[in-house]
Amino acid sequence: MIILEANGVTAGYTEVNILHDVRIRVRAGEIVSVIGPNGAGKSTLLKAIFGLVAVRSGTVTFKGEDITGQRPDKIARKGISYVPQVDNVFPSLTIEENLEMGAFIRTDDFSQRIRDIYDLFPVLKDKRSQKCGQLSGGQRQMVAMGRALMLDPELLLLDEPSAGLAPFLVSSIFDKIREINATGVALVIVEQNAREALKMAHHGYVLTMGRNAMDDTGKALLANREVARLYLGG
Amino acid sequence: MAELFIYGIVLGSIISLGAVGLTLVYGIVRFANFAHGDLMSAGAYIALFMVTHVLAWAGIPDATFGPLSFGWRMAVAFPVSMAAVAGLAIAVDRILYRKLRLKRSGIVILAMASLGASFIIRMLILILWGPDFIFYRPGLLRPALVLPLGVKIRPDQILILVVAFLLVGLLHLFLKNTRMGKAMRATADNMELARVSGIDTERIIIWTWGIGGALAAAGGILYGIDVQLHAAMGWNFLIPIFAATILGTIGNMYGALFGGLIIGVAQQMSTAFLLPTYKPAVAFIIMIIILLTRPKGLFGGGTRQ
Repeated sequence: MIILEANGVTAGYTEVNILHDVRIRVRAGEIVSVIGPNGAGKSTLLKAIFGLVAVRSGTVTFKGEDITGQRPDKIARKGISYVPQVDNVFPSLTIEENLEMGAFIRTDDFSQRIRDIYDLFPVLKDKRSQKCGQLSGGQRQMVAMGRALMLDPELLLLDEPSAGLAPFLVSSIFDKIREINATGVALVIVEQNAREALKMAHHGYVLTMGRNAMDDTGKALLANREVARLYLGG
Repeated sequence: MAELFIYGIVLGSIISLGAVGLTLVYGIVRFANFAHGDLMSAGAYIALFMVTHVLAWAGIPDATFGPLSFGWRMAVAFPVSMAAVAGLAIAVDRILYRKLRLKRSGIVILAMASLGASFIIRMLILILWGPDFIFYRPGLLRPALVLPLGVKIRPDQILILVVAFLLVGLLHLFLKNTRMGKAMRATADNMELARVSGIDTERIIIWTWGIGGALAAAGGILYGIDVQLHAAMGWNFLIPIFAATILGTIGNMYGALFGGLIIGVAQQMSTAFLLPTYKPAVAFIIMIIILLTRPKGLFGGGTRQ
């Protein structure tokens, strides 16, 4: 079942459009990786889906409902969560408070959900009352993902989760992403680290210059010579 | 000197009430609200209107509480005025600043708009009450208690300290422990991420103006009780509250509290060497020194963005 569908999306921050007629489909429970060179519009695509960039034309539908141009706080209520690439935690709030903010719109008891997040990222539990401004890059990324998971989303949008992390942390973050996916959450991941991103992806999209260049299963794209030459470094 | 120090703490606690509100608004709405001082005046005069007209008409007795200079009328007028100024601050935001925000106007445009709002409030007070100094209770003898070290202090001033610190303490508990308070801190940290988390930031902005306005009103009334009312009182507070806010790092509530006390003490202690008319200059000089030497204030820098 397709849960997210973006069709013919054209969008940009200023009068200049960054995305041109972009299309992407996400099925329930699958990982979709979006790769491409710098400036291809990968991050802008996530922002357009989440209502952070004005969509000039085209539509975004989530579970059959048109969510094009809705406010981010409304979209969050429908079951999509988004983790920005930078500034993705509240630095003067503690880890626990960051998670509580993730659950801001929940009116039920979410203490079990916080325990689940600590089970997924045990290192956060010991530091729960530390301010996020003092954490390392890897720990911040975990808080950011934990915050986004508090609403129990059906779809999680991750913008460059491995950016700026030490190499030994990158693989552990990708392992965590697989664990999150194993609980039934669908993910759209924008990544510079194209090889790792395609390895775990059910489907992959290649964007160049703000347009769809290719899309296929993750395996097929990994085996594709042109993709290998351009994006996988060999 | 000990006496001037105590008077400085009293004045400083009033400055702090203005500065804490100003810094909260800055932290979330991100512009320098030049109308903040006049919200203090508005609070003082709304309380005056309550005390001399509404509550007098309603038949609330005029008696005072023991050694204090006011009674039930002020006890009722105080929270009513806080609520009224909270409403006023929210209304100005909805009518004026929100429109500019939606148009993505720069901070200079917003600051100038707030300057305009400050003139409107001040001129309305001048039209309604005139330019004279007014007391909540004219002609009342205000005896002072004598504390150790020969410090003379009026019971009113002790109450001012208690009320100011109580309000700041309540704000601290609100920001630390409630869902809305945490969301206010989160929004001040990163408004876009707050929106991404599902927080309705327009609602947070309304809360922020409400709290800022209510605290300003409290500061204005307390100053009126301590000294007197004047149409330009809030305008004259603008330099001290900005100095306190900058001294304590813009956006930092505890810094603003601390900065307010420092500015208040510095202003009062200066009267030992300088004419009291130079008091505003003292705040101004401290502000300039801080801007030149530590533009991020005493609590700026480090890991905070």
